[in-house]
Amino acid sequence: MKALVARLGRACIGFVSGLGAITRFAGAIGVVVLTRPWRFRSLSRQLYDAGALSFVLISASGMTVGMVLALQGYNTLTRFGAESSLGAVVGLSLIRELGPVLTALLVTGRAGSAKAAEIGAMVTTEQLDGLRMMSIDPVDYVATPRALAIFFAMPLLTAFFILFGILGGYLVGVNFLGLDSGTYLASLETSVDFRDDIVAAFLKAGIFGMLVGLISTYRGTTCTPTTEGVSAATTSTVVTASVCILVSDYVITALWGV
Amino acid sequence: MDSSTSGRDLAVGVFVLAGLAAIAYLSVQVGGLSYSGPRGFEVVATFDNVGGLSARSPAMISGVKVGQVKTIGLDADLRARVVIDIDPNLELPADTSAAIRTQGLLGDQFIALEPGAEEVLLGPGEEILYTDSALDLESLIGRVVHDAGIDDEN
Repeated sequence: MKALVARLGRACIGFVSGLGAITRFAGAIGVVVLTRPWRFRSLSRQLYDAGALSFVLISASGMTVGMVLALQGYNTLTRFGAESSLGAVVGLSLIRELGPVLTALLVTGRAGSAKAAEIGAMVTTEQLDGLRMMSIDPVDYVATPRALAIFFAMPLLTAFFILFGILGGYLVGVNFLGLDSGTYLASLETSVDFRDDIVAAFLKAGIFGMLVGLISTYRGTTCTPTTEGVSAATTSTVVTASVCILVSDYVITALWGV
Repeated sequence: MDSSTSGRDLAVGVFVLAGLAAIAYLSVQVGGLSYSGPRGFEVVATFDNVGGLSARSPAMISGVKVGQVKTIGLDADLRARVVIDIDPNLELPADTSAAIRTQGLLGDQFIALEPGAEEVLLGPGEEILYTDSALDLESLIGRVVHDAGIDDEN
């Protein structure tokens, strides 16, 4: 009994100290971002890895999601004779929720886990200790370019996801279900508002980008230097980042008031 | 080594530019940021009842979209004051009338403009004098039911 309570206490202390450690890590990244030298070479390399190479995955996923939305939305709307609002249904669902959230989850799976594993392997092979010995800060040299690249890539990939989703919805709605192309685009354009929908979407994308970048690089650098450690770091990156994305999505939506 | 690096940089550049273009497209085209630019031509119309009209509802002439509702507020007489943003190239006669209509039976509401025959043109910021309020379907049904009730009693 006493041991159980002690274990609960240890878990709580561990959770709070983990939060403190990730906040300090975020602060260290913030300092590195604001001070010279800026590692543009390294950032470009990471942006290629996390962003440009994710383009095909994101656009294909966006297109499929848009197509499914159009098909499902059409079946529901047609019961009320409201097929003409299909564009609004597809566009608003994609812009407000599915675009930012699904892009963030896909980036977590593709880039976040890869970065955590990469840094974890560096920890295991004592490369970060090597850098420290040469008085190179691993946060500056290794973690920051990766976290920044994910942060910058997220809004861009979200925009691609939404655009391809709208295109997929158009293909299914207009070419397959026989909706008028003007009706689809007009209902989309009149129902989407700049502040309520577009700004909210990219606000979400930016925050998710920060979360995924931070969590994956933090899990990588704090990885236990064993093979199990690397796999645990990867798993916990995907789990923590996914949960954080879903919870913060609700909080942002509620605070933004739409 | 150097050529592969520059190829990668090019891919990143294309990716970033295309992403920014996608964001701009979503903001301007889909989000309707700054419709018709800064020189939008505004006219005012007052209605007894705007029904379900809202900001960004379209304004149409003969079913063609020529502008949109900018703001809806109350004027000094507590009537609904609607500011409409209209295509600046349009020349509307001063006796143009505005009516709130519905697309289909249950569709969205919009402002239907009916150009008049006057030689004088409507200037920016001027008021449309002839207006027709939204058809209030519920009060209409209420009146019909009420009248039918009276008939039964007689």
